[in-house]
Amino acid sequence: MNALKLFEYEAKQIFGKYGLPTPKGFLARTAKEAREFAALINAPVAVKSQILVAGRAKAGGIAFADSPAEAEKVAQQLLGKEIKGAKVQSLWIEEKIAIKRELYFSITVDRASRCYVAIASGEGGVDIEELAKTSPQKIVKLFIDPVFGFRPHHARQIAKKLGYEQNQMTELASILLKHYKAAMDFDAELAEMNPLVETADGKFLAADTRLIIDDNALYRHQEFKNRLLEEAELTPQELQAQTSGLAYVKLDGDVGIIGNGAGLVMATLDAIQLYGGKPANFLDVGGGASADMMAVALDIVLSDPNVKVVFINILGGITRCDEVANGILEAQKRVGLTKPTVIRLVGTNEEEGRRILTDVGIHVLNSMEEAAQKTVEISKSGGMREHGSFH
Amino acid sequence: MGVFINKATKAVVWGITGAQGSFHTRLMLDYGTNIVAGVTPGKGGTSLYQVPVYDTVSEAKEAEGADAAIIFVPAPFAADAAFEALDANFKVIVIITEHIPVRDAIQVMYRAKEKGAVVIGPNTPGIMTVGECKLGIMPVHVFKRGVVGLASRSGTLTYEIANGLSVRGLGQSTCIGLGGDPIVGLSFIDVLKEFEKDEQTKAVALIGEIGGNFEELAAEFIATEGYSKPVVAFVAGRTAPSGKRMGHAGAIIMGSTGTAASKIEAFRKVGVAVADKPGDVAKLLAEKLNLRT
Repeated sequence: MNALKLFEYEAKQIFGKYGLPTPKGFLARTAKEAREFAALINAPVAVKSQILVAGRAKAGGIAFADSPAEAEKVAQQLLGKEIKGAKVQSLWIEEKIAIKRELYFSITVDRASRCYVAIASGEGGVDIEELAKTSPQKIVKLFIDPVFGFRPHHARQIAKKLGYEQNQMTELASILLKHYKAAMDFDAELAEMNPLVETADGKFLAADTRLIIDDNALYRHQEFKNRLLEEAELTPQELQAQTSGLAYVKLDGDVGIIGNGAGLVMATLDAIQLYGGKPANFLDVGGGASADMMAVALDIVLSDPNVKVVFINILGGITRCDEVANGILEAQKRVGLTKPTVIRLVGTNEEEGRRILTDVGIHVLNSMEEAAQKTVEISKSGGMREHGSFH
Repeated sequence: MGVFINKATKAVVWGITGAQGSFHTRLMLDYGTNIVAGVTPGKGGTSLYQVPVYDTVSEAKEAEGADAAIIFVPAPFAADAAFEALDANFKVIVIITEHIPVRDAIQVMYRAKEKGAVVIGPNTPGIMTVGECKLGIMPVHVFKRGVVGLASRSGTLTYEIANGLSVRGLGQSTCIGLGGDPIVGLSFIDVLKEFEKDEQTKAVALIGEIGGNFEELAAEFIATEGYSKPVVAFVAGRTAPSGKRMGHAGAIIMGSTGTAASKIEAFRKVGVAVADKPGDVAKLLAEKLNLRT
């Protein structure tokens, strides 16, 4: 599963509940609504595509309008448009802000230090990772003690480092604290204000926000339980994998791959590339995969039209080779094995698994490297060869 | 010999009566692991495979003198099980459970540091000092007692590489699964330090993958400390795209951080040989140990 990304408007609604100031805004699903909301705001507006990919401003996902009529016009252009592969289905219509200065603030996880970290910068609206590389001196980092937490004095220290004094310092500090509280309550992998702006009249506003929730914590956030399945950006294969609890990632090659264990599947993809092939996907059936799971996995990979050949790489530990073999037969019955398939099967109950498959004329290989090479040969011959494989 | 656990280790299984817990308790006992007690709240006073079951981990420790704990409880309860084991002063705690929230894992690691305890995992196949003690779920037939200390961020890939080492006659001293999550208890550096002290371990294999920077930090450590034993690495995920989780919660490239290329380059720069294929790890180690290949 992947982390749960929230739309900007959802993050703003959540942050709003914690008292974070955000520009006044409304969610529009049609151009007509965009016009109505712009009229309601009664000032120049920003029309912002609600998509989950980062870098939408650069990709043309944000427009500005001085009048309701203009808001309707730009909304018409944005709705339905594809931006970095994501289709725009709704727009956030928001008061345009007179910006004095853009800042950056986020709470995220520092893996090496095993704690959350607060990251701030006096330069906002930027790619923070890029800034960290080119001008690390412009970034303030504070590692958060897991028990003691992020306290008011930490927030004041950061506000001060960003160059604020007196009332502005305390106001900014209180915003950072509320942001931290929201991040912790929502099990954020990333909670970001980018930019957090200082307005022309010296106030602070979270102009753009991102909230990514740790999917392993979703049991504590039931309101988002079904969200991962609803995401419009999933391909049919991704959706089926998600529903079946399989880890699947679509790639752009033509060799379909199924294996057990994330590391082994990654290494299998790498081996295919090493021998000159191109993996079409990552699919991990996980530990202790049943025959049924195996059949579902094959169904997913075979239904990808780009796949010319399938490589099944199983090293049985908790996973039993006989279960895998039965799953392959099950898939053959259910969906038909429409493409050449190379199978490497070793480990627990290997002899039994092998027997099940060879009995019906399916050839099984022993070495991962040999099998990877064979697979690539088949993919290069257009998926037509039948060498250590079957149709 | 070996690191963290050996034949003197007395273990408690937390969650011994659950499906996973009972299944793997049987296999660990068969391997010879000295499991002195189990814990399942509400089942105290019963027993499983003649192992007494207690309601709390401190009772189990007091009554049976256990010093290591292995946790098989569902994710929402796993952190609390770990806290209980830490409070009872267990010094080695293995967390098999997958899908523990990051926020909980961070707190477990913090408490472990305070207590001076070693946490292996979460989301790990466990740890095994070959021929002496297994606290985990790995299939034992691929392992053979020998000289290579193995630390890995993945399960099945470890078995693949361990099998290669066994076939080539190198074998393993201790195999440790660091865990596939973003927050885990042990880093490659922690493990390198332990293997340095272990006489049985003559060489080390590090099996990394995309995500985080444990591999880069290990490379730096090997160079600055002048690590004395030969090290060979493998890094999975050369073909992984940015921003996608590859099975493990921790196997994700963020922007340009955590790529296989960066890790491979870091290792090679300090003279650590990096295998292109899992099968090459044993070959490279044999060369480093000047064995006939």
